[in-house]
Amino acid sequence: MGFTSEIHDYQLLSKIATNDKHGENSPYFDGWKAYDRDPFHPTKNPDGVIQMGLAENQLSFDLIEDWIMENPKASICTPEGVNQFKHIANFQDYHGLPEFTKGVANFMSKVRGGRVKFDPDRILMSGGATGANELIMFCLADPGDAFLVPSPYYPAFVRDLCWRTGIQIIPVHCDSSNNFKITREALEEAYQKAQEDNINVKGLIITNPSNPLGTTLDRETLKSAVSFINEKNIHLVCDEIYAATVFNSPGYVSVSEILQDIESINLDLIHVIYSLSKDMGLPGFRVGIVYSYNEEVVHCGRKMSSFGLVSSQTQHLLGAMLNDDEFVDGFLKESSRRLGKRHSVFTKGLEKEGISCLPSNAGLFVWMNLRKLLKEQTFEGEMMLWRDIINEVKLNVSPGSSFDCKEPGWFRVCFANMDDETVEVALRRIRAFVGKETTPSSSPKKPVKLKRWNSNLRLSLSSSRRFDETVLSPHNMMSPHSPLVQAT
Amino acid sequence: MGLLSRKATCNSHGQDSSYFLGWQEYEKNPYDEVLNPKGIIQMGLAENQLSFDLLESWLAKNPDVSAFKKDGNSIFRELALFQDYHGLPAFKKALVDFMAEIRGNKVTFDPNHIVLTAGSTSANETLMFCLADHGDAFLLPTPYYPGFDRDLKWRTGVEIVPIQCISSNNFQITESALQRAYQDAQTRNLTVKGVLLTNPSNPLGTTMTRNELNLLIDFISDKADMHLISDEIYSGTVFDSPAFVSVVEILKERNLLKDSDSDVWNRVHVVYSLSKDLGLPGFRVGAIYSQNDTVVSAATKMSSFGLVSSQTQYLLSAMLGDKNFAKNYISENKQRLKRRQKMLVSGLKKAGISCLKSNAGLFCWVDMRHLLQSNTFEAEMELWKKIVYDVRLNISPGSSCHCTEPGWFRLCFANMSEDTLDLAMKRLKAFVAESAGGNGRRKSIIGHSSGKKKSPTKWVFRLSSRDREQGDR
Repeated sequence: MGFTSEIHDYQLLSKIATNDKHGENSPYFDGWKAYDRDPFHPTKNPDGVIQMGLAENQLSFDLIEDWIMENPKASICTPEGVNQFKHIANFQDYHGLPEFTKGVANFMSKVRGGRVKFDPDRILMSGGATGANELIMFCLADPGDAFLVPSPYYPAFVRDLCWRTGIQIIPVHCDSSNNFKITREALEEAYQKAQEDNINVKGLIITNPSNPLGTTLDRETLKSAVSFINEKNIHLVCDEIYAATVFNSPGYVSVSEILQDIESINLDLIHVIYSLSKDMGLPGFRVGIVYSYNEEVVHCGRKMSSFGLVSSQTQHLLGAMLNDDEFVDGFLKESSRRLGKRHSVFTKGLEKEGISCLPSNAGLFVWMNLRKLLKEQTFEGEMMLWRDIINEVKLNVSPGSSFDCKEPGWFRVCFANMDDETVEVALRRIRAFVGKETTPSSSPKKPVKLKRWNSNLRLSLSSSRRFDETVLSPHNMMSPHSPLVQAT
Repeated sequence: MGLLSRKATCNSHGQDSSYFLGWQEYEKNPYDEVLNPKGIIQMGLAENQLSFDLLESWLAKNPDVSAFKKDGNSIFRELALFQDYHGLPAFKKALVDFMAEIRGNKVTFDPNHIVLTAGSTSANETLMFCLADHGDAFLLPTPYYPGFDRDLKWRTGVEIVPIQCISSNNFQITESALQRAYQDAQTRNLTVKGVLLTNPSNPLGTTMTRNELNLLIDFISDKADMHLISDEIYSGTVFDSPAFVSVVEILKERNLLKDSDSDVWNRVHVVYSLSKDLGLPGFRVGAIYSQNDTVVSAATKMSSFGLVSSQTQYLLSAMLGDKNFAKNYISENKQRLKRRQKMLVSGLKKAGISCLKSNAGLFCWVDMRHLLQSNTFEAEMELWKKIVYDVRLNISPGSSCHCTEPGWFRLCFANMSEDTLDLAMKRLKAFVAESAGGNGRRKSIIGHSSGKKKSPTKWVFRLSSRDREQGDR
């Protein structure tokens, strides 16, 4: 009746295909499941689960849409632009369309206030930042090598950096005692331990602005990280995917700016990862960028980019858009303003309920401190609280343990993927929940002993699930009310 | 400790090969009818540039698509956010229907078993990651697409062991060649995880015979854990008989599909792309089709590293979803390819050059053995250099395709105008005439097709086009 036993498949397929380093077999799917079953809609399902686990930037689409309508030549499908169709459709050069790489370099520079210039010839394309992070690992490290990663960190790094590359992550734990700053001591300690364990550390990867913290690295920390890697002669990969989501002081300092300030840095060690998925809210267009100061990496990485080039149709559209200085300047300013406003409304609303967040100035989320709501200061306590938030408050948020945070009680809550009214609904629900939780009359719940989550835990989930901050339910990908769902 | 990875510093990407070097020369001195009429004509690029007008006129008739509108409503926001690795449902449906149409609707495909990837470059690499461990091997019939060295081996660490095919039987795969390759792998202590074939073949331009397909299915049938990958990227370019037979059809005919007693269906996978049939390599649309649920599941997760842009999925879902358009396109495209191939073949003939009889693809597999100074690959390189630098045609030498016999070259015909092709043939003819004159040989005469030429190696060549063995169709 056909050979479908799991055991057989393990011999039939590769180790990579059958291990779970893709990271999708995690218990955090419960949050997604709850959302899928019962997605919030302001009129059709006002009691549904509100999605706050998705770091999407939905606040500034109108700006982009308006530009597209006003610039029909940028599309190869319009009467005004179709004369370019043949050339664009045929273009698969891994150097990228010149106007595209120029546009990206221009945009990246403007995001940094014009304080740095980027060379379009160093820009490599990849399949989103997902592809970019994997590509840079393939270039810099061999199977078994390690990269240091400050925690808490983006959960899908496990997949992106390790799955097919065979590389391992060594977390550098940060905690709330100093607002989760990365200290030189922590870096040195992690590096030493790796040496003792005979693990070959090839580099350090930092996300700046940070996911999930929503903070930008201060100049001193950045300088310290650069001098650390320079001293050890290991690589520094800076994932700057949230660079344009900075909405408040302190301003953004990118690694490229630091390079101009410090002498005797080996530039061959410095690499930047970028994408348009967060800053512009275009994750569907799959624009990932690797920018390296190392000539050999550019050379080799360019060949590797064949595995994830950006669609030429998309390159053409964005090339025109990103070279429009007036649009870019206006967009960056307005997008930042809207994010700042949304952040302010949300955090002020939380403060009223006595809920604090890590002070943040960037990102599409807040790092919420719910430690005082934990029944016990353990990860079991965190999981219990998380399940309550999903099932009772009906908000899908991401528990800190999924980011490998060493302190229980922190949650990442996204705020830029919904409209103003939904934010109000979310705050109302939080208000109600906190009120209930802190009322002395309610009998305290007995903490249930839950199995401790560890990465080896496998749940039987439908193969259609994917835990990743950037994806909604696979089958009803968009709101069930979207016209695309019905497309045939 | 090296600063970079081993992968970064080796050259398994294969891009130092002559295949890519020819491109570089072309880049330095590209032909242009007006601006650079003495430049190098690009005949090394398997692109289909013959049918863009059909796509453009479809676009003109479907303005909604360009405006990101569906039924009058803007869907820009949804598309901008859509990054589900399961792919746009409408696009997958349109794609599998297109694939079925290409196969005369003799087989159908389930959209739930399709995985979208960034071009077939990514599809092939992804399949390697799914099916083989570092150090395992896949058998590939030679000659094969040079890019396979990069796509299948580079980052995966998988080895390619060639199934040597030769001209005496028109490069068909034989049982003995297959067994020899398998033995070769055993001797080298390599675990063979399967066979990868390209059907229609690149660089041969021929469709695989039923015999060969059956041979390969039998081969993997009795070996547990052995896979068969059929790269059918050129399936829509079959312009002449014999008709295209996909491996999926053979499975159906032999009752080896799902729910049969055998598990072969679980180990056969198809790769596809829109880069050749539709001439859209820039859009990066590739696909893996497999009935094996675990492969689909693993490949789907891996596709995160190279998803297809949502705006491109949307455009193509509308285009391919227009069934009338798709059907007409396939048919008209084939006609144009056929006409263009005939132009190349007759032009070559006038130059006294024959090629393997072909019925598909965007190129011909051309026999220039009689122009070699000696039956060696050095001589092939010498000839190739002359053709690139003196004749100013970028063509692909057989050695870059791992052909075991020197003297074969792949020439593309669908990536230029008729006038350019004509000019290319004139240049070649002049070159051949000159070479013949220079060596004191008889000059070739226009239309002369039955002379024999003596060569130092005492081979006998026929100048007429070779007839391909019909075989069991």
